[in-house]
Parts: sequence; structure tokens; C-alpha cells
Amino acid sequence: MSRILAKRRLSEEVYRIEVEAPLVARERKAGQFVIVQADAEYGERIPLTIADADPGRGSISLIFQAVGASTHKLAAKEPGAEIVLLGPLGNPTHIERFGWAVCVGGGIGLAPLHPIVEALKAAGNRVTVISGARTKDLLIMQEEMQALADEHLVVTDDGSAGRKALVTEPLKELCGQSPKPDIAVAIGPPVMMKFCAEATRPFGVRTLVSLNTIMIDGTGMCGGCRVTVGGETKFVCVDGPEFDGHLVDWELMMSRLKSYKKLEDEAHERCHLEQAAERLAAGGAR
Amino acid sequence: MSDLSKEALAAGARAALEGIEGKALSPKDRLALPVQDMPCQDPVARGQNMHEVAQGYDEAQARIEANRCLGCKNAPCVSGCPVRVDIPGFIAEIQKGDFAQAARVIKRTNLLPSICGRVCPQEGQCQAPCTLGKSLKSIDKAVQIGRLERFVADWERSSGAAGAPAAGHATGKRVAIVGSGPAGLTCAVDVRRQGHEVVIYEAFQKAGGVMVYGIPEFRLPKELVRSEAGVLESMGVRFELNYLVGRTRKLRALLAEDGFDAVFIGAGAGLPKFMDIPGENLVGVFSANEYLTRANLMKAYDRPRAATPIYPSRRVAVLGGGNVAMDSARMALRLGAEEVHILYRRTREEMPARAEEVGHAMEEGVVFDFLSSPTRVLAGADGRCEALEVLSYALGEPDASGRRSPVAIKGSEKVLPYDTVIVAIGNESNPLLARTTPELKVDRKGHIIVDERQKTSIERVYAGGDIVLGAATVILAMGEGRRAAAAINEVLQ
Repeated sequence: MSRILAKRRLSEEVYRIEVEAPLVARERKAGQFVIVQADAEYGERIPLTIADADPGRGSISLIFQAVGASTHKLAAKEPGAEIVLLGPLGNPTHIERFGWAVCVGGGIGLAPLHPIVEALKAAGNRVTVISGARTKDLLIMQEEMQALADEHLVVTDDGSAGRKALVTEPLKELCGQSPKPDIAVAIGPPVMMKFCAEATRPFGVRTLVSLNTIMIDGTGMCGGCRVTVGGETKFVCVDGPEFDGHLVDWELMMSRLKSYKKLEDEAHERCHLEQAAERLAAGGAR
Repeated sequence: MSDLSKEALAAGARAALEGIEGKALSPKDRLALPVQDMPCQDPVARGQNMHEVAQGYDEAQARIEANRCLGCKNAPCVSGCPVRVDIPGFIAEIQKGDFAQAARVIKRTNLLPSICGRVCPQEGQCQAPCTLGKSLKSIDKAVQIGRLERFVADWERSSGAAGAPAAGHATGKRVAIVGSGPAGLTCAVDVRRQGHEVVIYEAFQKAGGVMVYGIPEFRLPKELVRSEAGVLESMGVRFELNYLVGRTRKLRALLAEDGFDAVFIGAGAGLPKFMDIPGENLVGVFSANEYLTRANLMKAYDRPRAATPIYPSRRVAVLGGGNVAMDSARMALRLGAEEVHILYRRTREEMPARAEEVGHAMEEGVVFDFLSSPTRVLAGADGRCEALEVLSYALGEPDASGRRSPVAIKGSEKVLPYDTVIVAIGNESNPLLARTTPELKVDRKGHIIVDERQKTSIERVYAGGDIVLGAATVILAMGEGRRAAAAINEVLQ
């Protein structure tokens, strides 16, 4: 079991936790993820990408959005609590000196993008970062990105920060420049990654995406994470998590993500009701 | 498998026991004793619960069954056992009523008898060459060795007599075991007995490997696996859970930096195989590994408490004919499916599953569609699995090996409605360790290559179980773990 060292609420639904995991902190490379479970007996195993690591402190940082029952349970854990944590999993991002790299992060996707930007910079690339979110409050890792990126473009759906646009707009503009970017990396909600891949396709800019699918073991045993890439079945946990965005069967991938939607919505609803009941009970006691 | 209740079976056995008490039995008398059926939960009732189906012999049943054994001098049964349990020896102790001694005899060679008694395919191993079965011209009438083994192990556990084997004098040598399934646990005990320090690394949150994520509670209660792991802990074996060798730490770092003198890899089966037919990645299509792991390890059957969801199914098709297919089908029924079919390309005779599991599945209402195999998974309007296109087969002429292989009947395709498909046709090997350890040699299929003593291409690194054999059985994995332990103990002398 791994101990939570610190917890910070970054916005209404977004949390950053620092977890004691010395071996993971030492071994992890950009692009890799961990599996966490709020409780070993009845908890659900969920994959989360690593936002940052501190080998000196022997800890890693995870950023997640409390969107379902299991992430709410994780969010409710306070420093000192222990969780199941396995990692680092998946293949590290292939990093080389590409030249000019455009990195697109949408919402929570900015967290896993951070170590990749860091590694691309360290390898001597010029890196342009596009940070996007629905609204200003959901923009995370902005200080880090500002410090690392050669150019940093910010967009929000509602214009509350940066330009009022979708991430695909500046991405298209950059791809239209001459010379065009040598590589693009897009991490965010599946629909955003899909449209980023569509945006770069006409320009022939290779586009890496990082898929966050349903997973149980994360070691290649269950096959729950399988996706169709270039007509072939791939396992996100052992073949990914990064794939060529131009080859991913997005419709199938998104449909598989919703496999348990109805059950999850019910669980989420129950979880909100329980929280409300607890608040009422606490209020009643006062 | 019997229609009689546990009480009725026990009463029958007691009556038979009175008839033979104090008598010296001739082989003819033994041949005349009735084979003891396994008492089981009622098929309708057990479809609604996760409790163990087979309830085990009582003392009278065990003694009658043991007295059926002819005690053959050449013991053909022993040659059928992958770990060479002294079968006539332990059965003779049951005949005498000395169950504690029977347990000691078994444990000389098999450390997990409560598990083997439940999951070994005895009809293809120890019970196949049994002289009694041959004399009575039916393998079903062989001495029920597995049931006796289980009886002895359960008796020992409930009597509190089960002690941990003693760990030898500390040698200062350290052995890492990768994976806590049957191969790893067996290897760990044998190495620890020699006095070496042992650490078992397990990727999951619980120890036991396939015995906790794969084999369901109704066939192998998890309490048994926990208790066996507890025995290892009491011997001083340390478990490191949530630790994936190859990722959390590289294999070579265990040897080069962490001070281990030898490593045993028992990482188990890997990537589930699929049929490679169109539509196989649709929502509603699962590997048996995923389906069973959700249900077993993640406890999805415990709906109010478990956070892990399981797919709500009405009509389920399970593809395959092994134990895993039986487990998946029976689990789906227990989770509320209205109709569960097993689709198998050959016939019942060729099915690799244990006879008892096939029988149990049939009793519980699983429908067997022999000589059929799917060609496509079809999606409904919501994009999820809605039907299977299934092709019929006929058994062809026997080939050179005498085996009749299935031949597709052209034009026999039918579309049948299924909202869930569970693929149980085996596993490929897991590529992870080989990928992160380039010097570890694997064969074309990705299985780790070992010599006759389980040694891999790397010095002081041994391997066994499914990662070497492909999909095999608990007992074969244990046999390999044991052989590797002997080699490790020798090298570390």
C-alpha cells in the first residue's frame, strides 16, 4: 500500500495528490501511468497518468478529476491514508530530437502532458504548448507549462482565459506554418484527441495520443483496454498507452469507454446522495 | 455429482462402513464397495449464490472410498501425478482412520492439497491409470483420489493440526519469487525450507495468482488460498504486493542491486487470446480473464459493496471448452444471465475441461452448443454486441493421430442473439518481462525457454508454470516450481 503525503484541490472537481512510491518515482518515465485503487478489498482499479515525480522525496504526483464513484472515493482520502498503487505501467514516450514539437493538453490531460513536455525540452526540441480547458478554473499546470514551453498558447471554450477557441484552432494554424511542426502530441478527452488527429492529418504532421481506457490489471492480462489501431487489436497497457492518433478507431474506443456508463452513473448518483446525507447528518449534529 | 443429499450420502456410507468394520477386505470386497458420490449444493439453489458447489466427503464417505483402493504394488496412480504424491500411502492412512498421518504423507510432496484436491484434472492424471477403474471398466469408477485428497486437507485445516513446514537455518542467501500463483508459492516453500530468505513479488493487491483472480469462489473458496498464503507468511516468507517486476523494478536490478542470489519467475499466463473475427472489440465482448477477474478478485458479484462493475447480461455466449470456459459460463449464470451457451467447435469427448466441471455446468442449466463456432460479432443500433454469426461443424475422418478434426459445414451460418460474448480460448504469453529483460530468451510464442532444471538463459534465474508452459494446470505449475526450487537450493549450497 502507498501513503498519500499531500492533497490539493485544484478546482471544483480536480485534485492533485502526492503519493509515497519511491520505486515508481525512480523508475517512471514520461508517458507512463499507474493503477490506483482506493481500497484493496472492494475498490475499483483505475489507471492514472503520472503528472510529476520527485525521486528525492520518493513520491509521485497524480492529478485526477472526480467524475465517478471511484474517483470521488479517491478524492475523499486525506494525507496519511493508504491506497493501492501499481506502476509505472505502459511504455515510456519515445523521446528524441524531433525539432519542433507541438504539445496539446486539454483539461486534466495537461497533467500527463507535463512530463512529456519536460522530456522533449530536455532532448533539445523547440516545444510549443497549447493549454486548453472548458473554463479558466480547469486550466492546470500552467506555471509549469509557462516555465517549460518555448511558446505557450492558452485557449478556453468560454474565453475566460486566453483565446476563446478550441485547441484545434491554434493547432491547425501552427500546422499551416512553414516549416510545419515535426511532431504533435495531444492528450485530453478522447473527443479532443480525435479532433486534434483530424486537424493535423491534412498537414501530414505525425500525432501521438495517449489513451486512457478501462483497465483492470494494467499488465496485459485482462484485455479490457483493447483498442483497434490501424485495423489491428492493441492492448493499451502493454502496447501503449501512446498510439498514432491518425490510426486509432476513435468511435470504437469511445464506445468501449462507455461500456459501464449506466452502472457508473447510478453509482455516481448514489455517491452524491451519500455525501449529501453525510453533510446533512453532520449539520444535524451541530 | 449425485441427486442424493449430503446427509443421504453420509448415511449410505455409514451403513456400508458397518458392513466392513473389523473385516479383512479381499480385493473382491473392495471392488464391491460403492463409489462415493460428491455431495453438492442443489443446482437451482447454487445458481443464486457464490458458495462452493462441491461440499466434500464426511469421514464415513472418505473411509469407504479409501477402502475401495486396492493398494496396487506398482501404484500406477502415482505415475499419473505430476508431483508424485504417495497416493496408496495416504489412502492406507485414511483406511486406518489416521487422517493426520494421511495429511503428512501428502504434504511430503504436495503443499497445497486442499487446492489440488479441488482443481486438478484427476481423470486425466492419477485416476486415469487406476486399476480399480480399469477392472470396473469405467474411469468414473476409479478411486476418487482427488476427493480423498481434499477430504484429508480439509480435515487437517479444520482440526487445527495443519502446521507450517519449518524454515531451515538461515543461510544468508536471498531468493526473489516473481508471481504468487501455484508455481511461485510452491517454489517459495521449498526454498524457504532450506533456510533461504524469500520475497514474493505480486502485481495484484492479493496473493494467489490465478487461484484468486481466475478460479471462482464456487469452485475454490478464497479463504483456502488466503490460509495457504498465511502458512507461507508464518514460515517467514515476505509478500510484496502491488509490485510488477519488469516495471516497478527491472529483473536484473533484483540480482545486481537488491542482493538477491536467485530469482524464480512464475508470472503466469499473459495476454488473453481472441478469435480474430470481425466485431471482437465491440462493447459486450470480454476475455474470460477480464470477466472472471471482475467477478472474483474485484468481487463485482457483491454489488452493494464492490466498486467494480460487471456487464449486465441476458444472453451470454462463452467460446471455448476448457475449465475457464466452464467457470465463465457458470459465473455468468450466477450474475443473473437468463441464458448461457457454451460454443465449442468439437464435441464433449474432446473438451479439455474437468469432467466434474462440465457436469456441474450442465446441471446448472448451461446450454452446450457443440460443433459450432462464431464467424462474426454483430452490433446493434447502439453499437454494442447484439448477435453472433455461428457456423456449424461436423467431425471429419480421423487423421494420422486418430483424432477427428472438425470440418466447417458450408452455408450453415446462423445469426443468434447474444448481448455478451466471453472468449475463453487461452492466453498468449505476457511480453513484459522479456521486453524489459532482453537477455531473457523466449520461444516463438513468447514462453520463457528453460532447461530440464527450469533454468532460463540468465544465470541464477529460473522460471516455471504458465509463463513456460503456456496455459496449463495448477498442479503442473506446482511441479515446475518444485523442480526450480530443487535447482535453486543446489546452486545456493
